[in-house]
Amino acid sequence: MNKIVLGLVLGAVLGAFDGMTAWLTPAVRAQIVGIVIGSTIKGLVAGVLVGVFSRKVHSRALGTVFGLAVGLLLAFIVAQLQHGYYLQIMLPGGMVGLIVGYATQRYGGVDQQLRA
Amino acid sequence: MTQLSDQAVARLQSCMQEPDLAGTRYALVRYLARGGMGSVWLAEDTMLQRRVALKVLDLVPPTDDFARRLLQEARILAGLEHPGIVPIHDVGTLPDGRAFYCMKYVEGKTLTHHVTGTGLADKLRLLERIAEPVSFAHARGVIHRDLKPENIMIGAFGEVLVMDWGLAKIAAGVPPPAENNTDAPMVTAPGVSGQGKVLGTHGYMSPEQARGAAAVDHRSDIFSMGAILWYLMTGSPPGNPPGADTSVPRPLGAVSQKAMAPDPDERYQSAAEMIADVARYLEGSPVRAYSESPFERAIRIYKRHSTAIILVAVYLLMRLLFLLLARR
Repeated sequence: MNKIVLGLVLGAVLGAFDGMTAWLTPAVRAQIVGIVIGSTIKGLVAGVLVGVFSRKVHSRALGTVFGLAVGLLLAFIVAQLQHGYYLQIMLPGGMVGLIVGYATQRYGGVDQQLRA
Repeated sequence: MTQLSDQAVARLQSCMQEPDLAGTRYALVRYLARGGMGSVWLAEDTMLQRRVALKVLDLVPPTDDFARRLLQEARILAGLEHPGIVPIHDVGTLPDGRAFYCMKYVEGKTLTHHVTGTGLADKLRLLERIAEPVSFAHARGVIHRDLKPENIMIGAFGEVLVMDWGLAKIAAGVPPPAENNTDAPMVTAPGVSGQGKVLGTHGYMSPEQARGAAAVDHRSDIFSMGAILWYLMTGSPPGNPPGADTSVPRPLGAVSQKAMAPDPDERYQSAAEMIADVARYLEGSPVRAYSESPFERAIRIYKRHSTAIILVAVYLLMRLLFLLLARR
């Protein structure tokens, strides 16, 4: 699977899962649909950015750090919009970015265009 | 009668063995090594001003069998143009009547020097590179028949060269290097020298080659590759039959055992097939020669994806922690 597609898929899956875990917090359970959609979109955006980066830069360490940075940045924006829950939003968001960053470098295939 | 000292005898022997290069384009530099049929000398090619290696037969005049075998070796080498096979430059007879051929001088060390202090993965990658010229030769119908660590040279820049094709044989059904040369010896006497001796090296020689069987084919080299793999892992040639060694990873042990199966039909059928299994081991995939238990499979999968598994586990743990904190 090419790196951008892998980043997208992983970002979407992990983002959706990350959003769904909000259901376990009774205080925000009522907004679960919005949280899942928002988290999935956040994951997709992070996935695309990380995928594009790992297509340009072939370094597992740099890819992982970039993923962490993107995940933290997007989560920070979301936390700003929520006016709170910084730790609860940014820590998992950063982890999701880190996992996507690592996975795209480790498991993403070389694009046919680049191979040619 | 005065007895000669050992030193004097050694000096005399050395003088007798020294090839007479007078009138040739080569100037002798020094002795390099001994082979089965003769010796290898470092020489200077005065025309091209480069160092070369001369393989010179011992016998003066050479017997038909040895001279033909040297010529056969030279022709086989000339037909195998591959970066992993030492190229040949010239062949002929020296003024002292000894047959010789001239090849590239390879500066480096044999595989035996790379067993200690080298990691397993690097050793397996070396084996992959040894297999390339072997596969190439097999594709051209040539069987080496004396693959062993001493015949593998690792050059100064890491290049891997398969040396000493003196026992090489053209597989049945493949035309010999010079098609008009109807008396190419190895085609008609596979596995056995002209004197009826079995040629090869114990520990690395396949059972069929040791028996002097007529039907020795490229799978005999696969056996030797399996023995080299065993040597790379343990530092010693395999026993007879190859014993168990707890330091050897089981999948690799199975690859080696399969390559060294007594029945050629039970071995890997090509060097590429064997190396594909080694490559699977290197990338953490299951090897075909070994059927692993569920526990071994779990360990292998964990080792292959350890970072990803740890990252996901940390993420889930963190989520669990948040949940517990929220419930308090």
